[in-house]
Parts: sequence; structure tokens; C-alpha cells
Amino acid sequence: MFNKILIANRGEIALRIIRACRELGVRTVVVYSTADRGAAYLDLADEAICIGGPAPAESYLNIPRIISAAEVADVEAIHPGYGFLAENAHFAEICRSCNIEFVGPSVDAMRLVGDKIQARNVARNAKVYTVPGSDGPIEDENQALELAHRIGYPVIIKAAAGGGGRGMRISHNDINLTAAIKQAIQEAQNAFKDGTIYVEKLLERPRHVEVQILCDARGNCLHLWERDCSVQRRYQKLIEETPAPNIEPKVRDEICRAATRIVQTAGYCGAGTVEFIVDADQKFYFLEVNARIQVEHPITEVVTGLDLVKWQLRIASGERLPFRQRDIVQRGHAIECRINAEDPDHDFRPSPGTITRFRQPGGPGVRVDTHCYEGYRIPPNYDSLIAKLIVHQPTRREAVTAMQRALSEFDIQGVKTSIPMHQRVLTNHRFIRGEVNTAFLENIL
Amino acid sequence: MDEKNKRPEAPAPAPMSRPAAPGTSRQAAGGKIDMDALRELLAIMNDNGLAELEYEIGDLAIRLSKGQGAAPVLQAAPFTPAPAQSGGAVAPTAQAADPAVQETKHLEVVSPMVGTFYPAASPDAKPFVSVGAEVTEDTVVCLIEAMKVFNEIKAGVSGRITKVCVSNEDTVEFGQVLFLVEPA
Repeated sequence: MFNKILIANRGEIALRIIRACRELGVRTVVVYSTADRGAAYLDLADEAICIGGPAPAESYLNIPRIISAAEVADVEAIHPGYGFLAENAHFAEICRSCNIEFVGPSVDAMRLVGDKIQARNVARNAKVYTVPGSDGPIEDENQALELAHRIGYPVIIKAAAGGGGRGMRISHNDINLTAAIKQAIQEAQNAFKDGTIYVEKLLERPRHVEVQILCDARGNCLHLWERDCSVQRRYQKLIEETPAPNIEPKVRDEICRAATRIVQTAGYCGAGTVEFIVDADQKFYFLEVNARIQVEHPITEVVTGLDLVKWQLRIASGERLPFRQRDIVQRGHAIECRINAEDPDHDFRPSPGTITRFRQPGGPGVRVDTHCYEGYRIPPNYDSLIAKLIVHQPTRREAVTAMQRALSEFDIQGVKTSIPMHQRVLTNHRFIRGEVNTAFLENIL
Repeated sequence: MDEKNKRPEAPAPAPMSRPAAPGTSRQAAGGKIDMDALRELLAIMNDNGLAELEYEIGDLAIRLSKGQGAAPVLQAAPFTPAPAQSGGAVAPTAQAADPAVQETKHLEVVSPMVGTFYPAASPDAKPFVSVGAEVTEDTVVCLIEAMKVFNEIKAGVSGRITKVCVSNEDTVEFGQVLFLVEPA
């Protein structure tokens, strides 16, 4: 196990990693920007180093500054968390060339699955269906039109270097598509420095089901079952649960095994997630691989009893997974609500500011992952996630009730939050019956 | 003797200890360690091919954990309950990247980066500046080294150096105050 690592992230995930390290006896160095100065979670690390100004480009995305901090602090590894540089293969390469381990997969595997077009090829090689679409990049409108006529409208245009729900455009007809292709290429160039795009059929009202995987450096790849993340707003997940409700056991099994095949084919190492779309007939199609720990990892942790962040650190330090697939058992049902500082009355725009009251729920089966507290000032420069509320109960019905109860106890003042919206979802009869798809939230809002 | 043999698939938590102040190392174990008992523990580990072994007696906890092929590594720390809050974060007084005027009307020269501070161009050379030196915005006041590259840091303000706030080979972070300058 490492003696000392650097955490190249902030907020709740930095705190999450600090906690895992403290339990493993690993010393922690956390970097922070001036916008995060004074945050209480920094005190829980062994060292905290200010690396730059508020803008991510000057701090959490700034590779030279992070590497400098890693060198002066003399760490053995860097944990990138999620977002920021977590899926940046170039960063992983620099770390390792500076003799600092990167807690994540190999550079080659990152490049392979990070390129969404190549990832689709990996899936096909692993005999997994992908969403019908272009086999390679779409270079121009004519190619796009030809493809759209073949697979049928509506279609969705995506950036090969994108991901996380960003840089996507939907098109319903020829006229629309021509303009959309041009715009998509430009936007991808601006946002991801890579204008390569591809096109997929848009499956209407599908469910988003993803599989947590864990692989060690010896190629032992396991899945930790699936999560349903269909409750989304503008491609951002708001509620996740496991197991995915109303999925046939056989389908569930196939999706999970498909995920394992895909990461095995890609030579993956560490924790990761394989995302699928499931249509109304319970047919599933590969979407993308997320080569990082994800925001919603706690629901998998509570039902399997496995600490995913600790396993990331163990795998990265060379340990092999000591269990087999049949040892991975799920107990009960878990739901997570991502509590964001957002104003539901103004199109959910971020609501930064100072938290004047923060009373979090508790009781059996309730877990709150948060870096926030009363008096904490939410900086305006980063995402609006302030807490993850997770409940774990023996059945889904009890989990829904527990989440309703926990949400009602969660008292946050000083900023607007998404709690009222979560409460609406948790009391919605379709959600209670487990009949949600990705269009669900937009429909009830 | 409280002894727990842990199999690899259920690694024991390392003993909790108070977080050290940033930049310092962790506290070493308070009590005397029984070397014979340690040798016995190591033998038990090796004989049984254990990857980890945790031993607790009273409020001393020892965790032995095998590194990659090397000899087992010893970690000992006093078993303390929930840690007291340590001091604030590492950053000293600097508030902003730009020089700020304080009540004492001093300007600050702050570090624009993370690295190692050097007051002179080489170990034998005179420092670039010292207390009393006159500087202009372009005067090089020190070097900060990061990733083997030495960066010249300019004063960015005009005036007279009144205080050198860091020492040779100190680690400095972004925004850390390096010098105080009385404005011209």
C-alpha cells in the first residue's frame, strides 16, 4: 500500500478519498484553489497545498502545478477523483513518467475507452450490441444524412472526445441535421479540443443502466452489479438506485457480464463503469465506458459491502482482487439523491452562497457524503453538488420510504437546493412503481 | 495477547492517529515496543504467508503489512479516538495573487506557483535581494523551482524590501507571501 498520495480533486470526493486513505494508513496531501481555502475537509488531510486561483485551468486542471505539488510533497501516487483530470490520459502519462502512480487504468486503456468511437468498437469486439450508428467518425453532412436515412430519425450527434452528457445534439430531420452537424463539430472543437463527432440512433425514453466494474492488474475483471440512473435532467443524473427495478434477472445478468467482457477486452485496470441504454423491450446497447470512480459509487458500496475507493488504492498499489465473481453479492436496495445547490424556480441555475443551516438526516441505513456544513461558503466556480444522500434498506419499497423520510429531515438554508425536486420524484407514483426512463424527470417538471 | 490474523480479503483498518500539522511527519508510538513480541509477530506472518497482521494491546496498536516482495513494513501509532481539529490549512496569510495593501501599508510579493524557494541564483551566490533592497516591478527577487525548472520570480511592485518571509529551500505554495515591500 502507498505511504503517501496526493488527491487532485476537491469537495466531497476529495473528502471521500481522504477518509479511505486514513483508514488504510495512507498519508494524504490535498491540493486546493484559493476558492476552496478554509474548507473544513482540507484539515482532515495530512497536508494541504494551495496550487492556484479559482479557475479550474489554474488549479484542478493545471497539470504542472499538480505535479509540482506532488513532487514537493514527495507522494507515491495521485488519485484524480472524478471529473477534472480523472479521465485525462495525458495527465496519467505524465504522472507515471514522473514516477508517480496514477490511481486508474493504464494510459492505453484510458485512450481506448476515452475515445467514444473506439470504445464502441471495443464493445462490438466483445460481442456487445451498440446503439445503431456510425462505425467511425462523421466527417460531413452528407455522411450524416446517409446514415440518418439508414438508421432512421431521430438521431443524436455526439463528440468522440466528449462524455458525461456534454456536447450532444438531437436532430429530427434532414434540414435540422445539416445545421446541427456543423454546429456540433464546432462545439466539440471548442469544448474538447477535438472536433471529431459520431452519430447514433436516439432511442426514445430508454433507461440508463450502468455496471460497476473492478479489475486488478492481473486482468481479473469483476462486476459489482448494476445501477439505474434514469432520473436525469439534461443528461445530468439526479437519482440513482441499485438494483435496477423491473429488469429481468436474465437481462441483468447479461448486461453485467457484457460489461465485464468489454473492460476485459480493453485491458482495463481499476474501478470503472460501463454504461448501457435499455429500451422498452429490455434490449440493451453499449453507450460508453467511464474510466473513473463515479459520483454514485456509494449505492454500490452499501449493497455489496465493498469500499470502492479503498479497492482503487489497493489495486493501484499492486494488490490483486482476492475474491471471485460469485463472492459479489448484493443485499437489499439502495437509492442516492444528488443534492445540488440549485434554484428550481429559475431553471435550476446554480445557487452558490453561504450555508446558514445544515442539518443532515441520520438513522439506520442513511449515509450522507458531503463536504458541506453550516457556515460553509459554496464557491461559484465548480459544480453545484453539495451532498449525496444514500439510503439502504432490505427492499425497494422500504428504501423509497426511507429516502422520503431522510429528505424531509435534510434542512439546508442559505442556498436553494434540489431537495424539493427530489421529494417530488420520490412521491411520484411512477417512480414508486419503478417505471422510470430518461424522459421521466423532464415530463414531471 | 490480543492478536488478530487478518486474511487479505478483509484488510484491517490501520490504527487511527491524529492528523499531523501540514508539512510535519506523524507522531511516533509513545510506549516502548517489545522487540521479542515483534519478532514473534513477524515470524507468524511469514510462516503463515500473511499479507497483513494487526496487533492491539491496551492503547498501542501495531499493523504489519507486506509491501511488494520487500520485508514487512512496520507502522506503529498511538490509538486515539476521533482526531482533534488541527490548525488551519497550510496557507499562510496571503489573500490574493496580486500584491495587497495591508494596514501597515506593506505590499506583498506572493508566489505564483507551487515549488521550492531559492533566495539566490546558486548556493554560493549572494541572495537576489535582502531587507533594505530597493526593487522595481521587474527586479528578480528569487527563484522557485518546480519539476527541475527554475523560475525567476519578479517583484511586481516597487519599493523597499522590509521582510523576507521564507527561507532557502522552503516549499512554497500558490499565493504564499515571499516578501514584504514598503511601497516607494
